Amino acid sequence: MEKIPAVRFEHITKAFGSKVVANKDVTMDIEKGEIMALLGENGSGKTTLMNMLSGIYRQDEGQIYINGEEVHINSPKDAYDLGVGMIHQHFKLVDLFNAAENIALGMDKKVTGNAKKIEKDVREICDRYGFELDLKKKVYNMSVSEKQVLEIVKTLYRGASILILDEPTAVLTPQETDKLFSVLRNMKADGKSIIIITHKLNEVLAISDRVAILRKGEYIDTVLTKEASVQSLTDMMVGAKVELDIERPDVKHKTRRLSINHLTILDKYGVKVIDDVSLDAYSGEILGIAGISGSGQKQLLEAVAGLQPAEKDSSIKYIDPETREESQLIGKSVSEIKKLGVSLAFVPEDRLGMGLVGNMDMTDNMMLRSYKNGHNIFTDRKTPHDLAEKVKEELEVVTPGISTPVRKLSGGNVQKVLVGREIATEPTVMMAAYAVRGLDINTSYTIYRLLNEQKKKGVAVIYVGEDLDVLLALCDRIAVLCGGRLNGILDGRTATKEEVGYLMTKLIDYGQEAETYDYHEEA
Amino acid sequence: MTIMKKHKSERDPLFHVVRRTDISFGKAMLIRVLAVLAALVLCGIIIVLITGENPFEMYKYMFDGSFKTPRKFWAMLQDLALLLCVALALTPAFKMRFWNIGGEGQVLMGGLGALITMKLLGDDGAHLPHAVILPLTILAAIVFGAIWGVIPAIFKAFWNTNETLFTLMMNYIAIQIVLYFQFIWSGGSNTIPIVNAGRETSTYAGWLRLPAEIDPSFTGSTVVPSSSGFLLNIIIVAVLTVAVFFYLRNSKQGYEISVVGESENTARYIGINVKKVIIRTMIISGILCGIAGLLIVAGTDHTIDTNSARGYGFTAILVSWLAKFNPFYMILTSFLIVFLQKGSIELASKTNNIINSNFAEVLIAIIIFFIIGCEFFINYKIMFNPRKKRKEAEA
Amino acid sequence: MFATFFHRAVLTAISLLFGCTGEIITEKSGNLNLGVPGVMCVGGISGFTGAFLYEFFWSTPETANWFLAIMIPLIFCLLGSLIMGLIYSFLTTTLRANQNVTGLALTILGAGLSDFLGGYLVKQTNSGGAFVSISLSSKYYMATLPFANDLGWFGEMFLSYGFLAYVAIIIAVIAAIFLKRTRTGLNLRAVGENPATADANGINVIKYKYFATCIGCMISGLGGLFYVMNKASGVWSSDNLEPLGWLAVALVIFTVWKPNLAIPGAIIFGGLSILSYHISANNAISLPLEAKPLLEMTPYIVTVVVLIFNSLRKKRESQPPEALGLAYFREDR
Repeated sequence: MEKIPAVRFEHITKAFGSKVVANKDVTMDIEKGEIMALLGENGSGKTTLMNMLSGIYRQDEGQIYINGEEVHINSPKDAYDLGVGMIHQHFKLVDLFNAAENIALGMDKKVTGNAKKIEKDVREICDRYGFELDLKKKVYNMSVSEKQVLEIVKTLYRGASILILDEPTAVLTPQETDKLFSVLRNMKADGKSIIIITHKLNEVLAISDRVAILRKGEYIDTVLTKEASVQSLTDMMVGAKVELDIERPDVKHKTRRLSINHLTILDKYGVKVIDDVSLDAYSGEILGIAGISGSGQKQLLEAVAGLQPAEKDSSIKYIDPETREESQLIGKSVSEIKKLGVSLAFVPEDRLGMGLVGNMDMTDNMMLRSYKNGHNIFTDRKTPHDLAEKVKEELEVVTPGISTPVRKLSGGNVQKVLVGREIATEPTVMMAAYAVRGLDINTSYTIYRLLNEQKKKGVAVIYVGEDLDVLLALCDRIAVLCGGRLNGILDGRTATKEEVGYLMTKLIDYGQEAETYDYHEEA
Repeated sequence: MTIMKKHKSERDPLFHVVRRTDISFGKAMLIRVLAVLAALVLCGIIIVLITGENPFEMYKYMFDGSFKTPRKFWAMLQDLALLLCVALALTPAFKMRFWNIGGEGQVLMGGLGALITMKLLGDDGAHLPHAVILPLTILAAIVFGAIWGVIPAIFKAFWNTNETLFTLMMNYIAIQIVLYFQFIWSGGSNTIPIVNAGRETSTYAGWLRLPAEIDPSFTGSTVVPSSSGFLLNIIIVAVLTVAVFFYLRNSKQGYEISVVGESENTARYIGINVKKVIIRTMIISGILCGIAGLLIVAGTDHTIDTNSARGYGFTAILVSWLAKFNPFYMILTSFLIVFLQKGSIELASKTNNIINSNFAEVLIAIIIFFIIGCEFFINYKIMFNPRKKRKEAEA
Repeated sequence: MFATFFHRAVLTAISLLFGCTGEIITEKSGNLNLGVPGVMCVGGISGFTGAFLYEFFWSTPETANWFLAIMIPLIFCLLGSLIMGLIYSFLTTTLRANQNVTGLALTILGAGLSDFLGGYLVKQTNSGGAFVSISLSSKYYMATLPFANDLGWFGEMFLSYGFLAYVAIIIAVIAAIFLKRTRTGLNLRAVGENPATADANGINVIKYKYFATCIGCMISGLGGLFYVMNKASGVWSSDNLEPLGWLAVALVIFTVWKPNLAIPGAIIFGGLSILSYHISANNAISLPLEAKPLLEMTPYIVTVVVLIFNSLRKKRESQPPEALGLAYFREDR
């Protein structure tokens, strides 16, 4: 018996510029009344594919069929008219408007009726699926989960029968996630087709009926969730099982380099994003930081780098390797920290938006760290130029030339430029956030090798990662953050994936001592 | 409840637009040159429609406006220098993505500072000698310009006050301040007499000029003592052009400006104090505007009125932007604009005022529209959607 | 006494109100059109040209009628302003050019074109005079409401204006209601706040930007027409139109992007800009000449204060539209 799928992609290809192919000849189906998980690593083309269904992008090649008919989706409006609604990772809401205004936005008044009618219809949807929503509340006063509810209600209100959710749980607490899932099940029972984009396997297994896997822009397969396991899905996601052959030299001469005590950081809404974290980093080790995204990793690193103010009683002490002198980093700016003689290398998550300047060439980007050197009012261009040549040579950066703006390079080469520059500062502490995100295997190994070289030189390396296999293969210790709190520190050599995963998702109670694996200093 | 309408777009649109990442310098220049040519053709058509005369003849007249006589040539260079000076002043701010459209006001205030000093300390006031007044005149122009520039910058840096609107308003406050001095110092005629060049006490105190003997721009009568040559202005601006070029390209501060302009996030990441850079850069921008005001008042007009800045505060924005913020390209773009202005004046006299001198502004605007429009074709690529390509490939 | 002052203030205020209302609608779509002064100049000169052609070429004193004397300048004015709006929209929205540069070039174009055409038309009359007056049209434009002269101060303050003055107020009120109460107004505000969101919600961002800018320009252009017909009584002079345009831009900030506030705001600005003239003309106090610029400066200073105050207060509702001045391209990530 042939069923007509709700959505069918046929031979979809989409490229950005001439270099980045986001989707390559993708053909797949989404059935009616199912929850399908679209699984893939970062940069595997999941979001791009769905953006073509929701009218944000246009495919370069291929066709989309909805309910068996070929459709041409040229704008989000077309998508809505076809019953496709997408809840983007970055919510598409107008902050200045209240919930009701956001719902009415872009809709024909003849269809929606007046404000009263809208309110009544929205109430009906909320009651039917179990949402809570204050229609008069301005979006800029809403929490993330409230905004998400508003987005989903808005989409349902518009009569979407196909819902796409892009990483919906990334920003939610476990309780909020549970609530979302129960709502999704209600919607499925109501006959909606739901596509949930994610790279979290436990959620895939918990919520979906089928799983479609993308890898590097290509469609791999679709499997029934009940026949899948974490192992089988991982295999498909990462391809043929890659034996992670990462070198892990032993830690020598463990001396304390950074001592973080009772670090607490509030975000702009006054919510604790880092909550009383105490942690030491030692010379000659790679300290891994694990956690689901948004658990406070970014703020932790930025606090060390002098970019993030912390609450009082927080302390981050740097211990000078030569003099053993301690200096407090909290409350100091980036340049003040530099003046203290602390040599800090920081590879931030946002490479082109923070670590580098996309429109500048390699030389100018090398200069970011060194331009202030010397007492001359003019910059020294020779040294950074030589450094750029050296980085290009040694890290095999593929570029038309060192005077090409770095934004024109591929992701991997951009990262090589950034890491190359940071290492050249001869750091004593090196922090790297998601350093291999979106990079190919070869480049990733280059990055691991570089980090290990630093470790062997006695640098205290802090590595924030999302891929547990890498964390377990690369790091000497793994600190696990959950909801801004330190849930435990494990020995990277003995810890299992399950242990780390457990600590990542299960918040320990206050007062309960986190299990921490720590070193004793060696003189 | 479902709200579904019949889906309308039954077929693909003819084309879609994508961002270009790779275009060669030569190709980009070719597009720009074509745009200017297209603009000139359009301008020619308009001129013909209005006057009914041969457009080439008309362009020749325009050429005459800048090059016919040495006097015209020097006058063109002088205007070019002043316009270029204002453009140089605005450029550091623009590189920082700070939309300083308050050049007009900053120039006027700089000029006013110069005039006040000359007036109060010169023949009408303290009778100090030229050697004392000149440095004070320069200082006053710089300080006035800098103050006018830094006020919006402080509010931008600390409270993120919209700088475009703020600097725009500052222009009109400056204009009214100048008008105030026009009233109190004109003796009722609305025109401030040339300062320090009175018949009995011609000290020329505070005048910025070279001796007539070495300044070739004193065309014709070098004996008129109160006339003044333009060479010094031109030399000063030439020096400033080189200085601004190297400041932006090679100095540490110039580098900081670029980083802040490109990405404030990166600037913070490497420890640049963004507030400080914004304020410092606008002081520099204001100082350079003040120097432009100095050149106008102490170097050219020796008086001031509300039109002293000649609208250059606005025109210079276009000069700087068209030159992609490169001081040397700005020589070309300010030449283009001054050439059109001078040419239109010539055209007006040649066509018996059928085309009057204001026509320059129309020409300038048309050319600018073409140049800014053509940037689209440099930054984006239009892709025609292949409808049959796949089938052809299969066949 | 006050009634006369108020009357004069309103004569300036109406041009400001048109300019300001038009610019508010434009800015609500995220387009910061610094070409408003140019648009007002073009609105003025095209209306003037229409009246000129009708009066001197297309009719004789016998055949002239009031309807055409009003409609022809009006249509010319709207068409001229519309073309300016289309130029701006095409460059900034379709070709994604920088809004500031485009706007300033538009002001240069408008001011230049109006000066040029103004001079050109004077030449065409062969009268040899320095100016030309279109008395026929301006007579109809200046026709006041009935009873304006019979009701004393009330008539002078509220009834003694040409019809365009009432049109301006009606447009401002409609614009306020449109922005606040209608769905299209909501959509428009969304485009200016967050075009990507508006787009994702099925709003045609490009269409909204085009319509808002073109309609805004047409409204602003009427400010130029009112100035020519009513304030200048049909005599062309372009000197005052451009400064008036910039004052209208200031008024947009002063009124925090609210057309209903623009009505009293325009009258305040109009009053401030004629105050010194009024005082010296009536010899109430002998006002020194130099007080004039100090008084005329006040609208700009007040505007700066409002701008600063709003940025200090950080109240979300009184900020400029979030995406003001930015080009929108859907595929930008």
